[in-house]
Amino acid sequence: MSIFVDENTKVVVQGLTGGQGRFHGVRNRDYGTKVVAGTSPNKAGTDVEGIPVYANVAEAVAATGATASFVVVPPAGATAAILEAAEAGIEFIVCITEGIPAHDEARCYNTLKRDFPNTRLLGPNCPGIISPGKCNIGITSGDIALPGGPVGIVSRSGTLTYQALHELSQQGVGQTTCVGIGGDPVPGTNFIDCLEAFEADPETKAVMMIGEIGGSEEERAADYIAKHMTKPVVSYVAGVTAPPGRKMGHAGAIISGSQGTAQAKMEALAAAGVQVALNPTEAGELMVAIVKNL
Amino acid sequence: MDLFEYQGKQYFARYGIPVSPGGEADTVDEAVAVAEGLEYPVVVKAQVRVGGRGKAGGIKLAENVDEVREHASNILGMDIKGHTVHRLWIERSSDIAKEYYVSFTLDRPNKVYIGMMSKEGGVDIEEVAETNPDAIVKLSINPLDGLDEATALKWVNDAGIDEPAQAQAASLIAKLYTCYVEGDCDLAEINPLIWTTDGIVRALDAKVTLDSNASYRHPEWEVWESTDTEDPREAMAKEKGLNYIGLSGTVGIIANGAGLAMSTLDVVNQVGGSAANFLDIGGGANADVMAAALEVVNSDPEVRAIFVNIFGGITKVDDVANGVLEALQRVEITSPIVLRLDGTNAEEGRAILKDHLNDSLVAEPTMLDAARKAVELANANTKGR
Repeated sequence: MSIFVDENTKVVVQGLTGGQGRFHGVRNRDYGTKVVAGTSPNKAGTDVEGIPVYANVAEAVAATGATASFVVVPPAGATAAILEAAEAGIEFIVCITEGIPAHDEARCYNTLKRDFPNTRLLGPNCPGIISPGKCNIGITSGDIALPGGPVGIVSRSGTLTYQALHELSQQGVGQTTCVGIGGDPVPGTNFIDCLEAFEADPETKAVMMIGEIGGSEEERAADYIAKHMTKPVVSYVAGVTAPPGRKMGHAGAIISGSQGTAQAKMEALAAAGVQVALNPTEAGELMVAIVKNL
Repeated sequence: MDLFEYQGKQYFARYGIPVSPGGEADTVDEAVAVAEGLEYPVVVKAQVRVGGRGKAGGIKLAENVDEVREHASNILGMDIKGHTVHRLWIERSSDIAKEYYVSFTLDRPNKVYIGMMSKEGGVDIEEVAETNPDAIVKLSINPLDGLDEATALKWVNDAGIDEPAQAQAASLIAKLYTCYVEGDCDLAEINPLIWTTDGIVRALDAKVTLDSNASYRHPEWEVWESTDTEDPREAMAKEKGLNYIGLSGTVGIIANGAGLAMSTLDVVNQVGGSAANFLDIGGGANADVMAAALEVVNSDPEVRAIFVNIFGGITKVDDVANGVLEALQRVEITSPIVLRLDGTNAEEGRAILKDHLNDSLVAEPTMLDAARKAVELANANTKGR
């Protein structure tokens, strides 16, 4: 099994006619994903390499039965595109757009939560989700993933998500699903959502979690793992040697306390029973050892 | 982008938040001219983006023009925690009855806004947060609901703001909230928010961090862009639109994605090297971006080797490969380059580079191998020593 998506997921690409939308939409389709439609307000009635283009998501859903959306729209229009998909009944939305203002993200997230509680947003500013051999929505290169499980991956960082996939696939260890949740201030889906889904997924036997400095999501995930996870978790947190961020005044310090550093996150994860690696390669090695002993 | 105090106050003023009258000055003569246009006494304040200015001697009261001259000449050029003072803010002095604290920022775990207020504002607010957390009264605000003046009034009352100051404080706080949201701030903080002996509530300091993702809808921010970076390497990177932070090591880093860039620093460190910088070329990096990145990293005289670590997603590795080759034609790169390229179109990218590899342009198959090679080359490179 996989989490959030599978071989039956039907995808509409919002922004399919743009440069990035076309490249990744077609690539997702060529990977085997059911990319059934695209949207573009001005190019309805045309197609992109055989993928029909509709004026809006509602029309695309009516015509094709799309169940998921892939938002590849510039920052100024991205949150409106997300809400348009939710209004059209889409319950799984992947937004890769980088550079959305934080206040727009906060309003969008809270609107979804209030008005569309059954809709899950992944991102923004994330690489997307891939269930190898079944479905790839986003910008991950499909050939670095290996079907068949048994590892689930969740990552806050785009390129480190690819690195994690690569490290496992090179060693012949497959993945059930790899979810890039993105590192923006208001992510639609967080670590705990994914850990919960992996814990419930019978085919996922172990989880790799890639974090990075800032915020307190890794600490919250550690707490969740300690209390609820029975499956082994390997983690890597990027930024041990990162330059200290430009301090966000007193308010940041008051909210995060000692949290936020890679060291604090690694300690919290280790205390929760997670095997903590110092670099992505080591994380791969630790996971390979776990999988061998399953 | 973090604003200086004077910029923050200018931003506050746009939203109707009361601040003391004043002006900025880059020289002693300018400081005198500003002070002469105000009423004495005035306060001469160092403009640096770091806390503890007062304790470091960067904030001084001046009763007359001679004292302005004296303080301005002492403070200009002063070093405060590694920040050199290039600019002063001169403002009318305030007779303070009480110092409060108020701020708005994002509550990341709960994905809503959080307001924090205290009747015990002033220099030691972080200590208050630790020793007496109850003195900071938090208000959770759903972005869809906003903050109305009635809620603000109840909040100032809950926080124990002195009764005669409450109405003014609530009004100011509602404006600060508007500034925080409509002004696209990551942080809007006033410490201290003062109540003067003549009964006025106003912002005596301003700590504002703007969300650079929103700059496209704030043309008024442009005037502040030029003061945003002091490090010449960072200024050059910024001009080229690159996300760069200068460090002090010898291995120049170019990576795509903040996570991979941070991880690259970690790995270089783990194999015994030190990074000269953090540089995330982001998604969609093309030849121009790679050329610009190499140019910036190469301009750092401390750099002895350059480690280009790319895992293609949106970024296509063949574009990166072309960018590297183009950059090598445009600028003379004086340090050896170690490449590690994987991901989207990696095969195409490697094919493009294949015939160009030599002692100063090396490809390695893995991140760890590439880090080791870069550190080895950096240690062997005696350029300029």
